[in-house]
Amino acid sequence: MKKIPLTGDQAAAEAMRQINPDVVAAYPITPQTEIVMTFSQFVADGLVDTEMIPVESEHSAMSACVGASAAGARAMTATSANGLALMWEIIYIAASTRLPIVMPVVNRALSAPINIHCDHSDTMGARDSGWIQMYCENAQEVYESIILAMQIAENSKILLPVMVCQDGFITSHAVEGIDIFEDDEVKKFIGEHKANFPLLNVNKPVTYGPLDLQDYYFEHKRQQSEAIKNAKEVIPQITKEFKKLSNKDYGFIEEYKTEDAEIAIVALSSTCGTARVAIDKLRQEGMKAGLIKIRFFRPFPSEEIKTCLSKLKAVAILDRSESFSNNGGPVFAEIRSSLYESDIKPLITNYIYGLGGRDISISQIESVYNDLKKAVEKNKIEKAINYLGVRE
Amino acid sequence: MANLKEISEIPERLSGGHRLCAGCGAAIALRQVLLGAGDSPIVIGCATGCLEVATTIYPYSAWKIPYIHNAFENVAATMSGVETAYRSLKKQGKIKEDIKFLAVGGDGGTYDIGLQSLSGMLERGHRIVYVCYDNEAYMNTGIQRSGATPFCASTTTAPAGKVKQGKTEFRKDLTAICAAHNIPYAAQATIYNWNDLITKSQKAFAAEGPAFLNILAPCPRGWRYPQETAIDISKTAAETGFWPLYEIENGVLKVTYKPKERKPIQEWLKLQGRYKHLFKPGNEKLIDAIQEEIDKMWAKLENGHLI
Repeated sequence: MKKIPLTGDQAAAEAMRQINPDVVAAYPITPQTEIVMTFSQFVADGLVDTEMIPVESEHSAMSACVGASAAGARAMTATSANGLALMWEIIYIAASTRLPIVMPVVNRALSAPINIHCDHSDTMGARDSGWIQMYCENAQEVYESIILAMQIAENSKILLPVMVCQDGFITSHAVEGIDIFEDDEVKKFIGEHKANFPLLNVNKPVTYGPLDLQDYYFEHKRQQSEAIKNAKEVIPQITKEFKKLSNKDYGFIEEYKTEDAEIAIVALSSTCGTARVAIDKLRQEGMKAGLIKIRFFRPFPSEEIKTCLSKLKAVAILDRSESFSNNGGPVFAEIRSSLYESDIKPLITNYIYGLGGRDISISQIESVYNDLKKAVEKNKIEKAINYLGVRE
Repeated sequence: MANLKEISEIPERLSGGHRLCAGCGAAIALRQVLLGAGDSPIVIGCATGCLEVATTIYPYSAWKIPYIHNAFENVAATMSGVETAYRSLKKQGKIKEDIKFLAVGGDGGTYDIGLQSLSGMLERGHRIVYVCYDNEAYMNTGIQRSGATPFCASTTTAPAGKVKQGKTEFRKDLTAICAAHNIPYAAQATIYNWNDLITKSQKAFAAEGPAFLNILAPCPRGWRYPQETAIDISKTAAETGFWPLYEIENGVLKVTYKPKERKPIQEWLKLQGRYKHLFKPGNEKLIDAIQEEIDKMWAKLENGHLI
């Protein structure tokens, strides 16, 4: 293992270099572009066996990945925001065709108004597309999660594509010292890809993408539900194996100082780093504050969250996207629903923050904990849905 | 030149029993294209459309070769992925066979919604034969106007009515657009002239790069003709000059069938219910306009130009 300085985007490209996919089809979009640029240089320098397809759109990027993956190749792409939105139709097809494509996504706000900075509106919109979703706190996690994702996607009990999400600019363009595995270690961990029914096996012709009407469509969808259920069971086995390489736990969620916590926030991605600093500060002042980081949003770790939240008196769910349901952000809706059957429920509140790259400060997170503290004292949530750091 | 004895020995890749209509030009076109591929292994990709829905109703498949359907507008990109996977795996020694690649779309999936994807495939130089079976409207969804629908043809979204006489625009010249990508081979063909079509398919599969075949494929439902006359209709399209048969091989244009004397366009129009309204008194000028457009197109072709 060696430590090298890389941005989140470069870390993603480095993971892709070590995976050495057979095909990469990609299109530039800020803030993902650096992944494609860095990887293209690896191809130009002969460091990988990959054949690149410099497609004319993200729709074609995902379409080509579907073709390449069905053909029997390891296929990857990467995107952000409007690029993901343009892929929309085909991301569903990739998941439903059970193709193990791994796609780094650099989270960026969806238009309109056009904005190139971070929020989670892009991938949260894709949360029900059938993809597994991982959210990364920093560039180190981006690097490791992409390697891990390849094994998850290709597991025969899962066979689903995986999005590995990182925060645009905040993670994608900030340089960190990254611990990099040896190439051979990664090669050994991910193994050889063996597709079950490759299109390119001309001796055993198969038909991909048939017309599936009232007679069978539902059964196929039911199988897909089973695959995501399997993912929930199989991912811990894969992460256990991965620990031998990374020496890290890759649970569905990660807890920070929750052992004795009375109040906590739930967050995804880089905001968790900011929250850790706020927690350390507040704990010095005697506040029993904790953090729950959601790493896998799909499959949703309902049980883990229920267990963890039942210990707490009040919880704030931080959403970096708005669902426009008038019922809170997507993370909030999911968690509140998970708690319905719990006997012991904490007070729960939602903060929508950071849209379009609006910075989230340590003091803002502190203010959330202070709100939670007051709620515990009054045993009442003043307002279920709040907007944090916006001029109103 | 296709040799009948030789092509009779090529295995059928699209089996009978598929559910395309009797008198459908698409199945005939595809059968001839596949004969042009000889007996080499082939992978086919199909855009959403009549050919796709009628050949793969789960759990059945009419395809004896590997087949993939992804969506409507992306068969060119999908097959770009398949062909690139092949090159990658072949380079790594993981595949031994020499495989040919065929992408197929109707005119809706090619002229309109799939044009960007097709342009990307042609520009990037994938070694794929792209076939458009052109039946001049969105037939699978019920005869809606497309960029390939000819002037004055009546469709369900540009119908002939009291004040309008079908489509108000002339069709776009997709073969010229594809040829403008400077690909090694592009051609127009139609099903009655099997020898011409199969020869063009052979050339397309032999091309060292992308190839494009635009095949006029009559549709009995959309064009309103008796199903047993599909081949006659196709022949009349060539004889009137409505659908010129030509190829552009490495930049050189060659008309492969030149009628001694082009029949008047009425001969083509009168065979089809979609043009019925043109024969009402007062619409003579519209027929003249169609004839004029064909004459202009042929003047260019005879001078060795597409545009």
